[in-house]
Amino acid sequence: MSTEGLSHHISSRYNEDLERLRSSVLEMGGLVERQLSQAIGGITEPDVKVMLRVAQEELRVNQLERSIDEDCSRILATRGPAASDLRLIITILKTITDLERIGDEGEKVAAIAARLAARERPNNRYRELRNLGELVIAMVHDTLDAFARYDTTLALQVLRRDRTVDEEYEAIHRQNITFMMEDPRSIGRALDVMWVVRALERIGDHAKNICEYLIYLVHGKDVRHTKLEEIEKELQSPRA
Amino acid sequence: MATVVKGMPSERGSSTGFFPASDIDTGVIPIRTSGRGMLQVAVDEARRSAALQAPIKTRVEHLNFYYGEFKALKDLNMEIREKQVTALIGPSGCGKSTFLRCFNRMHDLTPACRYEGNITLLPENMDLVSQAIDPIEVRMRIGMVFQKPNPFPKSVFENVAYGLRIRGVRSHIRLREEVEKALRGSALWDEVKDRLSSSALSLSGGQQQRLCIARALATNPEILLFDEPTSALDPIATARIEELIAALREQVTVLIVTHNMQQAARVSDYTAFMYLGELIEFDETSKIFTNPGRKATEDYITGRYG
Repeated sequence: MSTEGLSHHISSRYNEDLERLRSSVLEMGGLVERQLSQAIGGITEPDVKVMLRVAQEELRVNQLERSIDEDCSRILATRGPAASDLRLIITILKTITDLERIGDEGEKVAAIAARLAARERPNNRYRELRNLGELVIAMVHDTLDAFARYDTTLALQVLRRDRTVDEEYEAIHRQNITFMMEDPRSIGRALDVMWVVRALERIGDHAKNICEYLIYLVHGKDVRHTKLEEIEKELQSPRA
Repeated sequence: MATVVKGMPSERGSSTGFFPASDIDTGVIPIRTSGRGMLQVAVDEARRSAALQAPIKTRVEHLNFYYGEFKALKDLNMEIREKQVTALIGPSGCGKSTFLRCFNRMHDLTPACRYEGNITLLPENMDLVSQAIDPIEVRMRIGMVFQKPNPFPKSVFENVAYGLRIRGVRSHIRLREEVEKALRGSALWDEVKDRLSSSALSLSGGQQQRLCIARALATNPEILLFDEPTSALDPIATARIEELIAALREQVTVLIVTHNMQQAARVSDYTAFMYLGELIEFDETSKIFTNPGRKATEDYITGRYG
């Protein structure tokens, strides 16, 4: 299956509907991605104006989520989509939920970043958060790329990277527990850092979910709750 | 798609409990969960084996059919399972009605037509398209319902009793019993019980179609063939017939030709997609409509064919 397949419907209006839906999802994804990088940037370079913009963009993201939902239910009701069209609609419905959550987590990161800016900063200026943040932004970016090109090889790569994110999360978690035990005055800050790390880890999970939906869309295989090695093996068996 | 609650203990594979012991010291709850839930695997297996348990009712092997020189059906092979609904879909002229009609020898009167290969009715291994088999015998066991309701210009009662009378049933008590049973079976009894002697032509289209189903049911067939049974009916009558087909599955094997893709998806257990006289794909309905194996099937059911 390829993206060009979308242009061969007998009904050209149906084509347009599906194409518009796909580009709305990408628009929503683009917004969320920008929101996220601004929020993460705010941890090391706090800027109140940027934080406010993040909150405003959240409104637009919510608006898009609603209109995409509406378009999907209209297409379901009027066209009775089947096979790859049905999988596209299901994938979109699920994808936008995860995108919207990524947006929420991004907003949360921005809010905590604003709070951290008011506290004394550690010597490393939250370098570990920056690293994890960049990792997660790259995941979201590649997830959207994969979605735009129906590229499941890239989607698999993102799935693999989620492991690194989880390891990072656990490492920072341990480190902060050590900080808190050494110096109880650092507890407030350490908790805030934990909230950010948790949000970033969740974003990684949402990106992973979207990649799994994409594999379902392209190959018709449900790979949720499946070990990565099994997914890789499964995708090697070609479609009849 | 499968639904498994993320984080269920059973999902954690090799670890002994919900929290692996090595992580308890630091209070880090691992977030990685993977592997398919054991429960889900069991449910999938059960479903698959239930579908496979249905015995085969009819086996179609290397079936070719010719209208004179024209080869309308090309080497069809499929197995139809007992008490399951099998839908035949495909664009006009693909041979699905021709195929359906082979099952009760509707082509016998068409000049210069010819069957090759066989359609074997199990368990007694009767070849439905063999010239040695009397078509009347075939039609006693395999009923058919057509696109347009075609009741006889007789009373409601006589329409249903017709097949029984041909079979030699004379007893009026027996006839009444069987007619009531067939009318109940086709969900028409309550609507016509007080007008059994009025003309069948006074019924509405949907009622007439259900009367035709009752007529087909009365002789206790093993297979019922439906050739676009609802294309002349309104949505309500259509929904009634679809309900009926779902209920009929309890007692007969059903084969249905339909142009309405959604209908095939709703009523059938198996779907066969035909194109230009060939069987392109035959699989479980849920597979065909969510993830067909062949591109041609995909194009047809998504409206890309043309």
